Parts: sequence; C-alpha cells; structure tokens
Amino acid sequence: MNFSTPPYLAQNVSVQRVMLQVLAALLPGIAAYVWLLGPAVLVQLVVASACALAAEAAMLRLLGKPLALYLGDGSALVTAWLIALAFPPLAPWWLIVVGVLFAIVIAKHLYGGLGQNPFNPAMIAFAVAIVSFPALMSQWPPVDTNAGFVDQLALIFGLAPRIDAMSGATPLDALKTALKLGEGSVSVAKIVADTSTYGQLAGRGWEWVAAAYLLGGLWLWQRKVISAHAPFAFIGGIALFAGALWLWNPAQFANPLFHLFSGGTMLGAFFIVTDPVSGCTTPKGKLIFGFAAGVLAYLIRVFGGYPDGVAFAVLLLNICVPLIDLYTQPPIFGMKGKP
Amino acid sequence: MTREEFRQIAANGVWRQNTSIVQILGLCPLLAVTTNLVNGAMLSLATILVMAISGAAVASLRYLIPHEIRIPVFILIVAALVTVVDLLFNANLHQLYLVLGIFIPLIVTNCIVLARVEAYANKNPPLQSAADGIFMGVGMLWTLSLLGGLRELIGRGTLFSGIDMVFPGLHPLQILPADYPGLLLAMLPPGAFILLGCLIAWKNWIESRAAARSRRRPPEPATAAGCH
Repeated sequence: MNFSTPPYLAQNVSVQRVMLQVLAALLPGIAAYVWLLGPAVLVQLVVASACALAAEAAMLRLLGKPLALYLGDGSALVTAWLIALAFPPLAPWWLIVVGVLFAIVIAKHLYGGLGQNPFNPAMIAFAVAIVSFPALMSQWPPVDTNAGFVDQLALIFGLAPRIDAMSGATPLDALKTALKLGEGSVSVAKIVADTSTYGQLAGRGWEWVAAAYLLGGLWLWQRKVISAHAPFAFIGGIALFAGALWLWNPAQFANPLFHLFSGGTMLGAFFIVTDPVSGCTTPKGKLIFGFAAGVLAYLIRVFGGYPDGVAFAVLLLNICVPLIDLYTQPPIFGMKGKP
Repeated sequence: MTREEFRQIAANGVWRQNTSIVQILGLCPLLAVTTNLVNGAMLSLATILVMAISGAAVASLRYLIPHEIRIPVFILIVAALVTVVDLLFNANLHQLYLVLGIFIPLIVTNCIVLARVEAYANKNPPLQSAADGIFMGVGMLWTLSLLGGLRELIGRGTLFSGIDMVFPGLHPLQILPADYPGLLLAMLPPGAFILLGCLIAWKNWIESRAAARSRRRPPEPATAAGCH
C-alpha cells in the first residue's frame, strides 16, 4: 500500500502509448539490421505482425473480449517484433508463424491475455523454436552475404534450397565450437582475430545491431518507460561472471564486452527482462530478477548446448517472479522494516 | 449388478471421472509413453488387464484383508498381476516390450490402479469392481491414444508408427507430407503437458456447454481424491 496526497500530476501512460514507445525504441536495431543484411528482416517483421494481429483477433473473439480495445494496444505487435528480431533473419516464414502463434495463443491468451501471462511470450516462442528446430534456429547469415533481396525472399518463403553459404553459426556459437574443437590449445584471441566473423567487440556487424538496441533501450530509460534496475542488473550479471572467468583464464573465456555485444544480450536486457507483466514489480525484485537472469544466460550460453541462453534464463526466472516479489515488498511508508 | 449400476460405472470410468483428464492420475506413464498412438494404447491395454483382475481379486478378498495392512496387500496383488503382464509382453510382443521398457513394471506404482482398488474395489462386490477397473482403463485408453496420436501427428506427421510391433503385417501411416519438419516439442514432455492441458480444457468446455443447455442437471459427483 502506498499513501500519497494530492494534487497529482497526470501522466499519460496507457498501454498503447507504452507499447508504441517500445516499438519506436526497436527502430534503431531494425535500421542496423537492414543496413547489414538488406530489407529481408522487414519482410519477417511484416509476416510476424500480420500473424500476431490475426491470432490476437481470433483469440479475442473466441474469448469474447472487446476487439478494438485490445487489438489497438500494440502489445501483440511488440511480441511479434521481438520474435522477428530474436529469430534468425532468414528463417523460413513458417518458423516465425509457429513462434508467433505459440506466443499469442498459448503463452499469452491461454494464460488470461494481456497482463496475465507468467512467461514472456516472445521468449516462449524462441524456446519452442530452438527446442523443436535447433538446426534452423542456429543458421545466422554472415553479414557480408551478397545475396540480393530476391534471393533472401526466396530463402524465407522456401522457394530456394537452404544452402550453407547463406547460413553460418552465430559468433557466439562459432567461438564455443572452436574452443571445444581446440581442446584448450586454441585461445580466444586467436579465434577472434579471424576478422571474417569477428569485429572490434564481438561478431562483425552484429555488434552494431547490439549497439543499436542499447541506444533504443537507453532512450526508453530516459523516457521512463522502463526502469534501470532490471536491464543494468542483467548486464551486470553477465559482465560480472564473464569478467571473473576472463580474468581467471583469458585464453579460454571471451571478455565481458564480447558477451555484452553478442547474441541476445542487449535485446534481452532492454526489451525482454523489462517486460512489466512477466518480470518482477518491486525495485529490489527487478534487481534480483535481472542479475539472476544475466548469470543464468551467461552460464547457459558458455557451458550449455544452445547457441544463446537469454530465452531460457528469462523463462526460468519468470517462474521465480512471484517468490521474488513476495520477499522484496518495500516497507510501508513511515514504517520500519517489513511491511 | 443392475443395468443402471453398470451404466454409472461405465460413464464414470470413460468420461466423468476419466483418470487422465479429470483425476489427472498416472502422469508419469502419460508423459513418457504417449509419444505415439500405439505405445499409449498398448500400455493402457496392459493397465486395463491389471485393473480388471486386481479389482475383482481385491473385491473378493475384501473381508479377509486386515484393514491396517491393506495397502501392502493391495500392492502385492497388483505386483503379482503386473509380473504376469510383464512376462506376457516379453514373450509375445518383445519389440514393444523393449520400447515400453520400465513403464510396464511401473504399472504397479501407477496410482490409478491403487486408487481404484482402495476407493472402489475395497468397498464393492467383485463384478462391479472388475467393471470399474475395465472402464477406468478404457477411459485411460482413449485419452492416452488420443494424446499419443496427436503428439505423433504434430511431432512427426505419422500415425500408428510402431504398429508393426503389434501386428506384423501392418504399416504406419504417413499423414502429413514427407517433408513435414516435425514439431519436436510435441514429442517432448512439455508438449505432452500442453496437449493434456488442451484436452482438459476441451472436456471442461463440453461439460460447461452441456450444463448450460440443461440447467436442471443433477450435481456432479465429487471426483476421487488424488493419491499424489
């Protein structure tokens, strides 16, 4: 319970407004994507959005909820965009559709719709896809593919065979595989020196996408759409573990900056762990949630079998949210200690 | 056993107190075995056999079994029957026996069997108890077959895979096109949970529609308490 006295400042915080700002914050990342890989990712975004809106409308109709109110709030669009950006950009269209349907129908509406879902729908989609189609989900195109837009479209819509030239491992995955194959004889520095895959900080090109997400996320923070707790705790969790292991053995563990600008770290930090529905609500809880998700993401990414760990880390922490929230209730104003 | 009594037992077992979607008992074999239709159906058939005979046996002995140690006695009876079924499978359906593996011996610990013995056979005459065992098993049979079929269809695009282990002349059906990639999730335990949830929702939906249609329906009997 919070007591405060009027007069209050009115603030326009409708769901629609928040969601539109989140969508706007994703634009720099999308721009970086287009600059790197061409406009194919826009096609994925359109496919995902159309599918999400259709699924949302169908579920709302089935559940007898007001269509216009919920369809217009943009929450389905945010889920769709996050899925399209988290999936490999040249994934076949049906993979995106399966992910979006799973996210909207099962992860969102079967749990009660907007504001009721215990799990982050976009991460559910990612987990479902990577568990079911690990090969397709690990095919990330190298950034200098000179394939034209038409070739990319053919790939997305299954009109062309999926040849290896169009698909490589993610920089994270490539590093992990190389280290494993080297069995201790290959150092990180040597692998990262290969400039066809790696750039200044992390994966060549992909580091710019990550930086663009960071930019969008900082803007969201500045606009007070998200609080700083969860994202910075998440980044801190990854950086702390990555830093400790890197200091201990720099030959076998990549430096913290590499991990911050690789894979889903930035997208996860500012757009996933900040989810107001499936994340913690108390400030202290957000810190715990973000930090633990970061640590788990790092551990899964480095020691696990999957190319990236953000999705599983967030889903595992989503289960813990009620418990964390229970133990981190802030004391009532004016009272000392426990509420 | 009157006709009405028989009808009640059948309705309870097959639908109203369905083991898998109402009582939600025996989830372990349900998750592990229903990766295809044949496995689910065959394990259910084995369970039906055990439940029918154990129901009749316990009901016949119900005045002789000391109340204080009834559970160990029930377990012994069930275990003896399961051993018979286990040996039967091993001898006649050896391939399938290898596939089902530990889940045939585990019928002993399946709480559906113990729950029906304790809740029904211990208090009712042998004939009714045997019927109860059979119909509870039939409820499990259709649910596990449906679940197995759905998982198989979504996960691999086939139906009746492994049928050749039961009837050597038959072949599995390829329902979806051969290049169907298969949603592996449906074959994994989470997929079983999600589909089971959908089945439960479907049953509740049918019930609520039926209830809405006839408002003056007698109240539902309370479901048996779970044993886990």
